[in-house]
Amino acid sequence: MIHARNLPFVTTLAIFIIAYGLCVLQFPNMLSTRVIGNLLTDNAFLGIAAVGMTFVILSGGIDLSVGSVIAFTSVFVAVMVGSFGVHPLTAFLAALVISTLFGCLMGAMIRYLMIPPFVVTLAGMFLARGAAYLVSTQSVPITHEFIDTMLGFYIRFPGGGRLTLLAMVMLIVFAVGIVVASRTRFGANVYAIGGNLQSAELMGVPVGATTIRIYALSGFLSGLAGIVYTLYTSSGYSLATVGVELDAIAAVVIGGTLLTGGVGLVAGTFIGILLQGLIQTYIVFDGTLSSWWTKIVIGILLFVFIVLQRTIIWYSDRRLAERQLKEV
Amino acid sequence: MSAPHALLEARGIGKSFFGISALEDVDFTLEQGEIHALLGENGAGKSTLIKILTGVYRRDRGTIYLEGNEVSPDDVAAAQALGIGTVYQEVNLLENLTVAENLFLGRQPRRFGMIDRHTMRDRSKALLARYGLDIDVDALLSSYSVAIRQIIAIARAVDLSGKVLVLDEPTASLDANEVKGLFTVLRQLREEGVGIVIITHFLDQVYEIANRVTVLRNGRLVGSRAISELPRLDLISMMLGRELQHITRDHQAEPETIDDRGAPSIQFQNYGKKGSVAPFDLDIRPGEVVGIAGLLGSGRSETAFLLFGIDRADSGTATIDGEQVNITSPEAAIVNRFGFCPEERKTDGIVGDLSVADNIVLALQARRGWMRPISSSAKRELADSFIKSLDIRPADRERPIKFLSGGNQQKAILARWLVTEPRLLILDEPTRGIDIGAHAEILKMIERLCSEGMSLIVISSELEELTAVAHRVIVLSDRRHVAELSGRQLTTDGIIRAIAGTGETEAA
Repeated sequence: MIHARNLPFVTTLAIFIIAYGLCVLQFPNMLSTRVIGNLLTDNAFLGIAAVGMTFVILSGGIDLSVGSVIAFTSVFVAVMVGSFGVHPLTAFLAALVISTLFGCLMGAMIRYLMIPPFVVTLAGMFLARGAAYLVSTQSVPITHEFIDTMLGFYIRFPGGGRLTLLAMVMLIVFAVGIVVASRTRFGANVYAIGGNLQSAELMGVPVGATTIRIYALSGFLSGLAGIVYTLYTSSGYSLATVGVELDAIAAVVIGGTLLTGGVGLVAGTFIGILLQGLIQTYIVFDGTLSSWWTKIVIGILLFVFIVLQRTIIWYSDRRLAERQLKEV
Repeated sequence: MSAPHALLEARGIGKSFFGISALEDVDFTLEQGEIHALLGENGAGKSTLIKILTGVYRRDRGTIYLEGNEVSPDDVAAAQALGIGTVYQEVNLLENLTVAENLFLGRQPRRFGMIDRHTMRDRSKALLARYGLDIDVDALLSSYSVAIRQIIAIARAVDLSGKVLVLDEPTASLDANEVKGLFTVLRQLREEGVGIVIITHFLDQVYEIANRVTVLRNGRLVGSRAISELPRLDLISMMLGRELQHITRDHQAEPETIDDRGAPSIQFQNYGKKGSVAPFDLDIRPGEVVGIAGLLGSGRSETAFLLFGIDRADSGTATIDGEQVNITSPEAAIVNRFGFCPEERKTDGIVGDLSVADNIVLALQARRGWMRPISSSAKRELADSFIKSLDIRPADRERPIKFLSGGNQQKAILARWLVTEPRLLILDEPTRGIDIGAHAEILKMIERLCSEGMSLIVISSELEELTAVAHRVIVLSDRRHVAELSGRQLTTDGIIRAIAGTGETEAA
């Protein structure tokens, strides 16, 4: 049985399959493992950030700091490794600790100062971006033999495609995210808070700790996305990844998660990422279309999904009302 | 003293908010296996006491003993762990989760650190079976009715805590059958030795189920008595601190046929909407109070929505003073000098953050249109005169209305419509959720308004209230107007018979 709440996810999945089928009909090459491998690698950093965003939105919040935290992490890692000769692993660890603590701080402010997430993470967005400029305003290239080894590691698909380490990291993050959301008490608490904060509190959900952990998770995954982005571009640049948080939010919403919180699936976000990647790939294959068409299609999809979600809520409310009418 | 220690004992509890005392030196004792009703008017301190016992608030003074040991529940989770579980009236469970997820939130059975959904499902089924509930526990909570959600909430609270169960207004949104089902569950729990505290406005229910009552008034303890030795009149005077004035209309003395009261000024003919209310005729004379009775879901509120233009009628005509009018929106209704006090005062009635004065002039401003604002001196004058004549307390027109008690909010909404001098005022459950004192005042006000020539439609689930104030009562059942009672037929028995459809409405 399909729950009404999972209908948006099923719809996204169906749209993705149909869209992919249509693309393959026009460009049979798009079915190749090479295309799929590239699609995963190209969107790895976005996917990782979007997993964190999914938890935030499920809890009824929003995290606008994601793009800035990615930029900060990438500049920080590039400068640490490139200019100070720190071992990449140490730099990664330091970057992850900083971004996680940054998320903790935002979560604590949201919970204990009762400031809306939009406001807190907007401030976080400026703060992280400013910190990135402070580290360096230049594009800092990064070379290190350890990084070369990392980038050289991949699994070869039949047909010539490569599942790179970056894509693997994203897939692992998604797998862990799915399990955490659906199979842990932390995940259940996230859904509970997103459903109704006050009820959740009265039912004994540790709202404070959970909120802090949600934003810490988003901070951690933004940091991880920043590391992946650094490896992907082999450089760190403080002006990069402007507005990535909005792409992540788009992927989450297209994946069927309600912006009001409480309903959605991490797996849906994965499909949302794939769908965005598919549109970009199609534009590359076509060759004549401007890359802005990606934004236009995403915009249309978002509209369609918001309307769809509204319709589903309206429909299930009405069905419930009818059923209760019969009981009376 | 039957047992060496009471199950739950609170001594000298005190609590104040921002310097204003909400509870002062209150004692409360709950024995094992009893149902203990906590009563009092609005603002008596019932909720505050409950919230202290269940760890939502921290007390300023006093001690709490659970089975003789001093405890100090600092938050909800701590109180739950001690054995004190609560079911709140409004915010209860989570609609976006399944039944099983709701039952086991925060204590899900786990295997290898992961939630074990199979065990959770089986245990949920077993748990609900104890309450005679056989439902799909993997369905979303939102797909079940309020009554079933209530049982689920109780099942969760008892399973979680098991010693003390606190119910805050559990029957407020249940119909008679559902209340019966709930009480069966509560009696069963009492047998099992759970101590149950119940807050309710319905005195009938108190006498039906409680062993003992504790009455609070103005934050102080009035007394605690066994229900068997407490006549109803005594209980009410404990709650009010004064003798209740009975308001009853002598229907015998009234004209036998309704036509004697003059020509109807407002007529609805064959008025109805598919899926909402079947077409009905309704004539309203000046100065008449028409009651609307029926069970929950019988089409009571839907009738009001139609009359006030919130729902658009798809058949029939409306006539005012012989002229046909189209009431297709609330604006149109207001232009025709209709007024409507909805049932959901908090969500549909008041604008919480606006002052009492702003709330009172809202409808008048709407009728005048936004181009002609009411001057602030006129607003002050209007507000003050209604605060005085309706006895709204505290008499401070600048206070945000959300800080007023339910009864005073209701009076302010009444004032909002009275300012517009309506010809027809529709009151949907005007006395729900307000205390007995304010209740009597509102009934008195209804009397006065109709003596001044205003027509009123009063929708209520309290039959005594309807028979007391209404000249005629329209009875609804299954979204149809099934009977109209007036004169000598107008008794609570008559209404019940009409609802039941035994067709005895002709009899006296």
